Amino acid sequence: MNIFSLVIPEIALFISTTILLMAGLFVKKTNSINLFSILILFLTGLLVVSQSASSGFSNSFVNDEFSKVFKIIIIVGSITSLLMFPSSKKNLNIDIYEYPILICFATIGMMVMVSANDLLAMFIGLELQSLCLYVLASFNRNSLQSSESGIKYFILGALSSGLLLFGISYIYGFTGNTNFNLISATYNKDSLGLLIGIVFVCSGLAFKISAVPFHMWTPDVYQGAPTPVTGFFALAPKIAAIALLCRFLFVSFGESASDWQQIIVFLSIASMIFASFAAIAQTNIKRLMAYSSIGHIGYALIGVACFSHEGTKSLIIYLIIYVIMNISVFSFILFMKKKNEYYENISDLSGLYKNNPLYAALISLTMFSLAGIPPLAGFFGKFYIFMAAIKSDMFLLAIVGIIASIISAFYYLRIVKVIYFDEPADKFDGYNSKSLNILFIPSTAIMILFFIYPAPIISVASFASKTFF
Amino acid sequence: MLDLPILSIILFIPILGILLLTFIKSENEGSQINLKQTTLWISFLNFIVSLVLLFNFDQSDPNFQFEEEYFWLNENISYHLGVDGISVLFVVLTTFLVPVCILASYESIKFSIKEYLIAFLALEVFMVGVFVSMDLILFYLFFEGGLIPMFLIIGIWGGERRVYSTFKFFLYTLTGSVFMLLAIIYMYWEVGTSSIPILMNYNFSYESQIILWLAFFASFAVKIPMWPFHTWLPDAHVEAPTAGSVILAGILLKMAGYGFIRFSITMFPDASLYFAPMVFTLSIVAIIFTSLIALVQQDMKKLIAYSSVAHMGFVTLGIFTFTLQGIEGAIIQMISHGIVSAALFLCVGVIYDRIHTREIDRYGGLVNRMPMYSFSFMIFILASLGLPGTSGFVGEFLILLSIFSVNTYFAFFATTGVVLAATYSLWLYRKIIFGELIKDDLKDIIDLTKREIIIFFPLVFLTLFIGVYPKPLIEILEPSTQLTVDLVNGKLD
Repeated sequence: MNIFSLVIPEIALFISTTILLMAGLFVKKTNSINLFSILILFLTGLLVVSQSASSGFSNSFVNDEFSKVFKIIIIVGSITSLLMFPSSKKNLNIDIYEYPILICFATIGMMVMVSANDLLAMFIGLELQSLCLYVLASFNRNSLQSSESGIKYFILGALSSGLLLFGISYIYGFTGNTNFNLISATYNKDSLGLLIGIVFVCSGLAFKISAVPFHMWTPDVYQGAPTPVTGFFALAPKIAAIALLCRFLFVSFGESASDWQQIIVFLSIASMIFASFAAIAQTNIKRLMAYSSIGHIGYALIGVACFSHEGTKSLIIYLIIYVIMNISVFSFILFMKKKNEYYENISDLSGLYKNNPLYAALISLTMFSLAGIPPLAGFFGKFYIFMAAIKSDMFLLAIVGIIASIISAFYYLRIVKVIYFDEPADKFDGYNSKSLNILFIPSTAIMILFFIYPAPIISVASFASKTFF
Repeated sequence: MLDLPILSIILFIPILGILLLTFIKSENEGSQINLKQTTLWISFLNFIVSLVLLFNFDQSDPNFQFEEEYFWLNENISYHLGVDGISVLFVVLTTFLVPVCILASYESIKFSIKEYLIAFLALEVFMVGVFVSMDLILFYLFFEGGLIPMFLIIGIWGGERRVYSTFKFFLYTLTGSVFMLLAIIYMYWEVGTSSIPILMNYNFSYESQIILWLAFFASFAVKIPMWPFHTWLPDAHVEAPTAGSVILAGILLKMAGYGFIRFSITMFPDASLYFAPMVFTLSIVAIIFTSLIALVQQDMKKLIAYSSVAHMGFVTLGIFTFTLQGIEGAIIQMISHGIVSAALFLCVGVIYDRIHTREIDRYGGLVNRMPMYSFSFMIFILASLGLPGTSGFVGEFLILLSIFSVNTYFAFFATTGVVLAATYSLWLYRKIIFGELIKDDLKDIIDLTKREIIIFFPLVFLTLFIGVYPKPLIEILEPSTQLTVDLVNGKLD
């Protein structure tokens, strides 16, 4: 019985989601199902917080500070997506009660990923969330774009799972173990096969976090999927995959960091540079956010590449701030509605500040924050990343990161330019949604006021990072 | 009185003002006047508080005063404020210019007045913050944060090519500054703290000094701006609204000069000595080259913008002599330029508000209808060219004296800059003010209004006062400057 206390949150979430799934058949009220899902996720979050650090199931499932923090971030991301759902479901043609259910199942998958300390547990978690995400991406089945994005995501996702399994088989073949700690114990430095395994697993995970050169699906899926789903993609799965990447690399291959550090460094540099140039030409704001997220993952990978206490701490700070900023942006995208139709082009924002000065100011500040301009939260994310990079003597990464951030400032500023300097277009009428305002106003406020009292987030990150170092 | 956290109060009064403004409606004309009045009084209150700071300032103490330190990011990166004789003057200059700017914007800003005023108060917080920060990372936060309001001020309320100019301004200064951020982080790991007083007394190795100096130079050279990094300045000045130009010339450029004194020469003296000939050369080129460019300008604001680059050339010359006279001269030159160039931009604004053109050829003979305007304009033009008895003379003279003691050739070229300054300034003045009033649209131009007299009076007074009796100014800054020079020379030996 004791062993199951380890997975209480996951089991509780699974059972209640299954009940909801069955209840949904009879209730047929999407809103109440959605509300219950939010409640369940919230309670799961409380369970996660109350858990103590331990491990079990032959050490294949671990609960520690690191997994706790990431699980909370993921649950926040899932709740965000559910809050975005009610206001948009009618217009986006996704008024089906399975939406919250799928999100909850995906959340279970991600929670398993974060806690996985074994190649098999990791793969099970990953597949559970991926299968839910494939369905979610094509959730608007009447839309050509949405179906297309679902299929693209499925094919490329299946390919990445294949790569991942291939890598796993190499690692198992050359060490005889699937457990991260045992892999580390039997690690043989001269084994070329093991290196191939690391490369393939890293590539598979790079697909999931959409790091260049495995990013091709991101822009299409971001643009095609219904906006609440896109918000979910940006918030939760990437966070879970990056946590998994950390644990996989730090625990199994901590002894030979230099082997995989160069892979991560390459992914990081390629993502930062590519995203900052590719985003310049975008006209669709969701597509732009796709490139922006690729760039942000590049910065986050600097934190992974450092392989130090500072690095992991900066990674967690960066991801928390990234989530806050993305909540702000995606809830704002759902405001962009005129007469029950959504608008997604950057040019639709033109002259927004004449129509709605408050929201214009807030979203512009979010853009400045994404660009990393002080004193907004985005600056602190980058600041800690660069702190970690310079402490680990990774000057190249820091300099490339700085240059990419200047280039990316240009396209974020372009949105501010459209909002403030262009002639006004017609008004949007989506501002009255309560559930979106619950997301938009607080997340933006936290982002703006972060500099006044940053200590809590920083100490949480420092606390979580102590798990490994 | 001294127990109050007076520097935090100066920082937070504008923030409270912003909160207050968000609650005032801005629909009709009456409430817009309310908005302007509220902002004016808030910024004036801040000026009064900063005067209290100035009068309580202990002139005999060269160290930092009014220090406040609270926990911020961690034990070694704290919210640490303080002023010494150098920075206190800039704080007062900032709080002085902001109400002037608000008053100058009463008529010229026609729309979105609320956002404009909020942006200005936010800008004031960042500008004051730069001068009172005693922590490098806090300093960077303020130094960069000012870009956001300035970007919006130029971009929304600027002239025709405002989008191009404001992007250029933003990206240029951002590019310069981010390298400074990396340098700051490096220094933090090297020393273990980002506290400015501790870093000032730390000795960096020669190699790291060179790299760090270059990173800081990238930031400050763009901001001050030095030739050849100055091209954003004329664009930004021309397109910015009058008050934006005033703040840009009056305060933003001085942040970089302050940075050179506080960081570059104090923390990296060996590298500064090594690069001094390069800085001298760039400054001399700036002085002569931009003065010549100023001679052929058709746009008044552009002319003054180029003259700013030339004047800042004198400042960098003075700073990198490492002498008491040179640095004192540079500081006085910056204070004086902060007043004079701000006033010159205001002068341009006055006639621009009436005729809506900045082209020099469109004017002429204004003295016939605008005697008061012509008088104050004359004072500022003379101060700009450094006539004895005006504030411009004191700084330039001290700088030229010090540069003579270092290198005669540089002094020779720098002095030609003074002649060129006289040429373009007087040429501008003659074209606009003197001659017959023949152009039709100038026939019924009116002289300074009461509001404009209120703006110009303190500026004229200060220009003449500093020119005739600079002693109080020197008394405030001398101990701290002496300490800086001693520190630099101590490290160099």
